[in-house]
Amino acid sequence: MVEIDISVKKLEEKFPASILEVKTFRDQVTVSIAKKDVCEICKFLCSDPDLQYQYLTDLCGLDLFPETPRFAVVYHLYSIKNNQRLRLKARVGESESISSVESIWKVANWFEREAYDLFGIPFENHPDLRRLLLWDGYEGYPLRKDYPVEGPDFDKPFVPEV
Amino acid sequence: MAETRFMTINMGPQHPATHGVLRIVLELDGEVVVKAVPHIGHLHRGIEKLAESKTYHQVIPLTDRMDYTNAMGNNLGYVLAVEKLLGIEVPKRAQYIRVMMAELQRIAAHLIWLGTHALDIGAMTMLLYNFREREEILRIFEEVAGGRLTPTYFRIGGLSKDLPEGIEKKIKSFIDDFPGHMKEYETLLTKNVIWLKRTKGVGVISKEDAINLGVSGPTLRGSGVKFDVRKAVPYSSYDEFDFDIPVGTVGDVYDRYTVRLREMEWSNAIVKQTLERLPKGPVASDNPWIVLPPKEMVLKDIASLIRHFKIVSEGFQPPVGEVFSSVEASKGELAFYIVSDGSNHPFRLRIRTPSFCNLNALPKMIEGGLIADVISVIGSIDIVLGEIDR
Amino acid sequence: MGIETYLENTPLIPYLDKVVNWGRRYSIWPVTFGLACCALEMMVAAASTLDMARFGSEVFRPSPRQSDLMIVAGTLTKKMAPMVKRIYEQMPEPKWVIAYGACACSGGIFKTYSVVQGVDQILPVDFYVPGCPPKPEALLAALVELQKKIDKESLLDRKDVRSTLELG
Repeated sequence: MVEIDISVKKLEEKFPASILEVKTFRDQVTVSIAKKDVCEICKFLCSDPDLQYQYLTDLCGLDLFPETPRFAVVYHLYSIKNNQRLRLKARVGESESISSVESIWKVANWFEREAYDLFGIPFENHPDLRRLLLWDGYEGYPLRKDYPVEGPDFDKPFVPEV
Repeated sequence: MAETRFMTINMGPQHPATHGVLRIVLELDGEVVVKAVPHIGHLHRGIEKLAESKTYHQVIPLTDRMDYTNAMGNNLGYVLAVEKLLGIEVPKRAQYIRVMMAELQRIAAHLIWLGTHALDIGAMTMLLYNFREREEILRIFEEVAGGRLTPTYFRIGGLSKDLPEGIEKKIKSFIDDFPGHMKEYETLLTKNVIWLKRTKGVGVISKEDAINLGVSGPTLRGSGVKFDVRKAVPYSSYDEFDFDIPVGTVGDVYDRYTVRLREMEWSNAIVKQTLERLPKGPVASDNPWIVLPPKEMVLKDIASLIRHFKIVSEGFQPPVGEVFSSVEASKGELAFYIVSDGSNHPFRLRIRTPSFCNLNALPKMIEGGLIADVISVIGSIDIVLGEIDR
Repeated sequence: MGIETYLENTPLIPYLDKVVNWGRRYSIWPVTFGLACCALEMMVAAASTLDMARFGSEVFRPSPRQSDLMIVAGTLTKKMAPMVKRIYEQMPEPKWVIAYGACACSGGIFKTYSVVQGVDQILPVDFYVPGCPPKPEALLAALVELQKKIDKESLLDRKDVRSTLELG
């Protein structure tokens, strides 16, 4: 895993205060970062000529209910040139927001809308933050741990508004 | 001076050429598309939330129903992710059979793509020919696994049961006939003047845009990027087979068409190689906490009965941690991110599907083109709404 | 609208019924309403191996105004439900509904916050075809049973519907 060590080393040199923790499980590296530096770290990882993480594979939310800060936003990056993967994790509190990386990778547009729709995590500087999978006017954030699977009004009959 | 406004048209969720329930709101200036906004979510079934209340074994049928044209491929992706989390090895015979089934499923998925894409553009004959070939593959699946569209054949640790008697002859006759059928398809469409006029130069996306927009699969390879998960991060013994990755040049609809046709031929070659080299041996790992005991022992021996009952009702408890594992589905890179907290349900199951990102790239491909090209482009990026909305 | 309003119960009615039902049952045209996985099995039922056209369903009309049958194949979500209702109301009488697949019959394996537990919560269903997905031969069996059901209908059955509407 020589290249992964280079990525982590370069990150630790450039942003020593923002790297909170580096963990390895089953040969996959997770770097926990502070949420205020997300944009700069991602810009560095994308544009650095040795690293070139130009492909954002996935961006998702995570609800760790009784712990605080409650949510985490997980980024999976991939470098086509070096064939390397990296995972970044940033913790976000319940009524806090995190800055959007849509200006770096355009694919983050819909990923962030989905995280907002299902978890309620707001993203700053997002061009168009509204619900994606559920309809406008839906109340509640389904993927949170305190939301029931069947929905809150399972026993009431369903009447669509035409 | 009169003020000009653009005409807004709704290409609604019920439409014969959107592959599923997709809604696109188009703004037109005459016949030129100025702005396109896709609206999704009409098939959002809550699979990720549902998976948090089921055991790891019970999630396998849910993955069948996401991208329903590529059910074996979805099963493979999920099962590989859980096996990575547990850290168990799968025997060689099971890996070869998994590759064989996944490649047959890839051929079936590309046949549906070809039939419906040609139907949208106007060539209805292709649909009837392709569905005739696909019936052969589905009959093989029904004999092997029990289900045509949703086989659910793979299990964590191997397969649910071994191949039945006589199936190898049927698969061999299918792969021997297939190149003849491919020649039929090529004579119908590849040099057809109408097809060339409707697909060349339409829906172009450049290399840098495609990478930035997270596009994957044949849509990305049509633009010239040689990236395939089977070669980059080989899984399930793919590195022991001999195949090549077809790449396009321009990134238009015609390039994506040729890339998928060549992929069908290479898949056929891979299935031939697995048949020739299929090793003998067990089809499931021998870890007693994860794999069910054979049925004869369950009916005779009390310890096997208890083990069967515990695995089915409670499941197993993997170690605490998180894994990210991806496979090459027929439409692109399908990835599973599983977070486990040590209990028998997944704490979080995140599914990254290829059609979600490919559809995000759609406005880039159609803005500036004519409205009739919208249909060609939607067909060429090959989206399945069950996968986008999950 | 419709000749049924002006019919009285004369001895001619059974013969008229026979002719009209013969015409209706051998030319049922479905509207394309495939939502999810079951739509693929519906397409197989219409393709060359199991031809639905030999039973009279020659074409799948994309427009609801030109069709008689709605085959709801796939999961119905709460976001899509208003559109299903609107398309059902746009179909002219006489019309029938087949709920194809477990999700359309009763919600299927998806007991979640966004899935309607069965199409019969919003539409009147004539036939339920269970399975996940049901084999396409089952759809043909449902179609044949529907033809037998149409044979037993009478023109006077629909008179009440007509008489409640305002006629100019």
